[in-house]
Amino acid sequence: MTPSGSLLVAEGLRKTYGPTTALDGADFSIHPGEVVAVMGPSGSGKSTLLHCLAGIVPPDAGSIRYDGREMATMNDAQRSALRRSEFGFVFQFGQLVPELTCVENVALPLRLNGTSRKAAERTALSWMERLEVDGIGKKRPGEVSGGQGQRVAVARALVTGPRVLFADEPTGALDSLNGERVMELLTDAARSTNAAVVLVTHEARVAAYSDREIVVRDGKSRDMERVV
Amino acid sequence: MLRMSIGHTLLGLLESGPRHGYDLKRAFDEKFGQDRPLHYGQVYSTMSRLLKNGLVEVDGIEPGGGPERKRYAITDAGITDVERWLATPEKPEPYLQSTLYTKVVLALLTRRDAADILDTQRSEHLRMMRILTDRKRKGDLADQLICDHALFHLEADLRWLELTAARLDKLAEVVAK
Ligand SMILES: Nc1ncnc2c1ncn2[C@@H]1O[C@H](COP(=O)(O)OP(=O)(O)OP(=O)(O)O)[C@@H](O)[C@H]1O
Ligand SMILES: [Mg+2]
Repeated sequence: MTPSGSLLVAEGLRKTYGPTTALDGADFSIHPGEVVAVMGPSGSGKSTLLHCLAGIVPPDAGSIRYDGREMATMNDAQRSALRRSEFGFVFQFGQLVPELTCVENVALPLRLNGTSRKAAERTALSWMERLEVDGIGKKRPGEVSGGQGQRVAVARALVTGPRVLFADEPTGALDSLNGERVMELLTDAARSTNAAVVLVTHEARVAAYSDREIVVRDGKSRDMERVV
Repeated sequence: MLRMSIGHTLLGLLESGPRHGYDLKRAFDEKFGQDRPLHYGQVYSTMSRLLKNGLVEVDGIEPGGGPERKRYAITDAGITDVERWLATPEKPEPYLQSTLYTKVVLALLTRRDAADILDTQRSEHLRMMRILTDRKRKGDLADQLICDHALFHLEADLRWLELTAARLDKLAEVVAK
């Protein structure tokens, strides 16, 4: 059964690492413009689920359909093209390139897609403005605060206009004030572009920015909306 | 503990088998009455209400008389009532710990899925937290501060719930004693 209108649907995902079962029949679905929180205890399989959904890690079994296309039938080049053009990523620690300035970091995904330097940096700056970090464009990641770096990472994730934003503990390294501001800006930006957001978090105040949540426990997912 | 949940708690304790009134009080005090043991009067008024509602039945009376000599057994309707109570999340508000704690312990005692209770309650809390978060985003500074206060309290409940969930196995051992 495909929930109608879903952009990304996964069913029966399984993934083992040696003796460890990371996913044990997990399901997931998300609509365009929807923010879904993925919650659950440490080690339950949240990040593995995100990596499978994003085509970073292939599941051992199960299906993942993005926009009607089965991911398993794509080759590596197609999958990485999909990641570059349709998906955006934010992780707990910004993972910015330390040698590049902040604006160059944000512009990087556009440069990789072949956009000219000037046009890429112009778009990058407009995203940095929205995330209130346009003042630090010339600094390198090592010279900005954690909160600023994370906003730069969010700007970089959104700069290509992705249809799905994958965020794994995006506020995990921030204090609550900065964490909430990042969530506000991230969800505002995603809503304004109708991007779907897969938000892995163990913090309820962060999950409160979502439209609904699923819980992952022992590699199995539970859609709380369909339970209650 | 909220007064209204005493009935459900006593019912839950009866699920493992019939008990006398004094035995019920002892089991309750031991597991849930740390700060406030039940009065015998509370036990009997509660049991007579449960009897009237058909949730328990008298299963035998020991010779010697007196209300504490009655032995009570849970009815099918009583089991359904406990089931419904455990499955229904509490209205999110500060200081729920004792009710939530009671539900989790009862679920473990009656071999129900305690993780279910935690997930359902988290979901209910999140529902309220989303409303507060939305109000906060649209409101002025005063709204933000008021909503934040409520959000931090609800979050504290949830963090306690997560911790409890992580310790369910240990709790099950302690409770089974
Ligand atoms: N690359 C890997 N190699 C081996 N085992 C892995 C790998 N990735 C994940 N695992 C294991 O799979 C299980 C699920 O891990 P996962 O990272 O998905 O959990 P998580 O829910 O994201 O946890 P956390 O909240 O701590 O980030 C864990 O037992 C983990 O040790
Ligand atoms: Mg993880």
